Amino acid sequence: MADAITAPDVVRAEASDSIESKLKRVPLVLNRRNFRWITDRISGVVEEPAPRWWWVTFAITSLTAAFGLFCLGYQISTGVGTWGLNHPVGWAWDITNFVFWIGIGHAGTLISAILFLLRQKWRTSINRAAEAMTLFAVICAAIFPGVHVGRVWMAWYLAPLPNNYGIWPNFRSPLLWDVFAVSTYFTVSVLFWYTGLIPDLATLRDRATSKIKKFFYGIFAVGWRGSNRHWRHYEMAYLLLAGISTPLVLSVHSVVSFDFATSILPTWHTTIFPPYFVAGAIFGGFAMVLTLLIPARAIYKLQDIITIQHIDKMAKIILLTGSFVAYAYAMEFFVAWYSGNHYERFAFANRVLGPYWWYWWVGMLFCNCLSPQLFWFRWCRRNIYVVYFVSMCVNAGMWFERFIIIVGGLHRDFLPSSWGMFYPTWVDIWTFIGTFGIFTSLFLLFIRYLPMIAMSEVKIVLPEADPHFQSAEQHHPVAAGGKERT
Amino acid sequence: MANFFPRWTNWLPLKMTIIGIVIVCGVTGATWYYDTPKYTRVGYQPIQPVPFPHDIHVTQLGMDCRYCHSFVDVAAHSNLPNTQTCMACHQQVQKDNPKLEPVRASWKTGQPIEWVQLHRTPDYVFYNHSAHVNRGISCAVCHGQVNHMPVVYHAKPHSMAWCLECHRHPENFLRPNDQVFNLDWKPDDVKPAEFVAKYGQPKEVKDDWSKKEKLSQQEIGQTLKERWNINPPVTCQGCHR
Repeated sequence: MADAITAPDVVRAEASDSIESKLKRVPLVLNRRNFRWITDRISGVVEEPAPRWWWVTFAITSLTAAFGLFCLGYQISTGVGTWGLNHPVGWAWDITNFVFWIGIGHAGTLISAILFLLRQKWRTSINRAAEAMTLFAVICAAIFPGVHVGRVWMAWYLAPLPNNYGIWPNFRSPLLWDVFAVSTYFTVSVLFWYTGLIPDLATLRDRATSKIKKFFYGIFAVGWRGSNRHWRHYEMAYLLLAGISTPLVLSVHSVVSFDFATSILPTWHTTIFPPYFVAGAIFGGFAMVLTLLIPARAIYKLQDIITIQHIDKMAKIILLTGSFVAYAYAMEFFVAWYSGNHYERFAFANRVLGPYWWYWWVGMLFCNCLSPQLFWFRWCRRNIYVVYFVSMCVNAGMWFERFIIIVGGLHRDFLPSSWGMFYPTWVDIWTFIGTFGIFTSLFLLFIRYLPMIAMSEVKIVLPEADPHFQSAEQHHPVAAGGKERT
Repeated sequence: MANFFPRWTNWLPLKMTIIGIVIVCGVTGATWYYDTPKYTRVGYQPIQPVPFPHDIHVTQLGMDCRYCHSFVDVAAHSNLPNTQTCMACHQQVQKDNPKLEPVRASWKTGQPIEWVQLHRTPDYVFYNHSAHVNRGISCAVCHGQVNHMPVVYHAKPHSMAWCLECHRHPENFLRPNDQVFNLDWKPDDVKPAEFVAKYGQPKEVKDDWSKKEKLSQQEIGQTLKERWNINPPVTCQGCHR
């Protein structure tokens, strides 16, 4: 069989003369940066003293987080009445915020797991920060369902623990599926993130100058020495975890959507919810990744690693998933009309023209459907300010979307005599702002103490990492590469 | 800095894992055993103002539970007897017994005797004695064989799981209505012919139970459950109203 002509050979022979073979890929790391530069630049973020902006920002975000925690404490000690929930709106900002935060996490898992399995090498420079974002978003998300039960000390009822009460969680309830989906998601995400960190923690351990740093990085590097055996085990573990994480990208938000889809409420009781929610989650998550990474790359001068090419690609994913979401919105209206169901039609007319009309026009239509359409244009995808504007629109729009689904579905009951509105209290508002404080504080701590870019993985995508790499003189990088900085 | 961690630390993670597993399992097991009503309540035997011997009154003298707990079959609450009930007999019987001094004092002053309560149902539980004793649940099912207790003690855990054990499978505990206050009753005491004549037998059963030598608790319970249409609540609102 050795000398038989196989199909790949034919393709290769044909391709060798074609135009494709003459085109070179734009390098993932610009300006011919080498291994050493990458290590120094990324480790430097952690090793140098914290800059003043970091302290100022951290002071603000941690105070916000502390006030958010105070609000939670006040709510727990006083009761859920401190929130604006009442009949008929029994779920409002709490569940809106839960779905909002848990959705954000999905981009991190998509980047780290699905793009890894699909051999998308550009993921290497953003996956670490995106995964960290996932964890912090899930932490923020988990607060709300935990607290909205009212008697937080009873939250252990959610766990299937044998007990003196002889009771057991109701496995037919989607709210319980939620508990399992979210806790599985968090556990797997932590494991995946930590496994990926091990080689970089070892780098930080080896470069550490103080004993304390050496001790802690040493503990978490679990004796990594970078031997061939270590790498083989590590890569297999990473691949397996990517495989385990991949279904979670789709399953977690599907389960979240079941909280609504299994009910009988018009606008909730729909079969399109799972794909619609998953697309929305990835959409909102990528916007949050951009929101965090665009400032981070500018502040820490990482434009050669998180290049404009990366931002362009993320913008394309936002365009794609944003269009899914817009299609789902349109389909909801179509289904409402086509069903001929009076209540369904009323609910959707009420969404556009009812008391919460501007949430729909601004949040869902402008922020989620229209603003990402800018990304059809290459100029917009490569203009940092446009990208930042759109990602901010999407961040807001996705919150509005969840609010419209939840409160919009509840505030017009089947009985007109039960109609009502939702008005948030200061506790509602500050708990939500507080979770932003928690999220940003955790992210700031992350960039302070851990390498925010996967050094070892970025090095693997450098041309030098290729065993067939030839010396620098024979290698011709794309000339434009160096100019692409923004 | 080479070899920052000494060699003995190589085994530290494994040791910590093993110790961790032992601690977690130990704490779980200890909580399970020592911190549940099976342990914390069962056997509770406080010192009463008068060491009232149920065994003498019920088993030896043959008194019915309802002589003293007179409203148990008509009210939600099972009452304790007042001093007058005691003195109805003890004016003549054992009237100089020093153990009965608190009863006589109470009789004179009108101050009730402060019995120590054993079985406390939490205020968020709705429990009706009459609903149970009128439908074949004997005193002994919840309070144990009080008729053999020299001084009364807490015989059953009274945890919610314990309540549900019967609410989910009442056939394991039901007995004929006339045997509810007979705390020594056993399924073997039932004469199948009489029982079937009085209560019938489950519809789906083909063979004739009246011809049987004995009936098991399940057979008795199943018959009574069907005959009385017993369907105990197992939802939260059943008891937490």
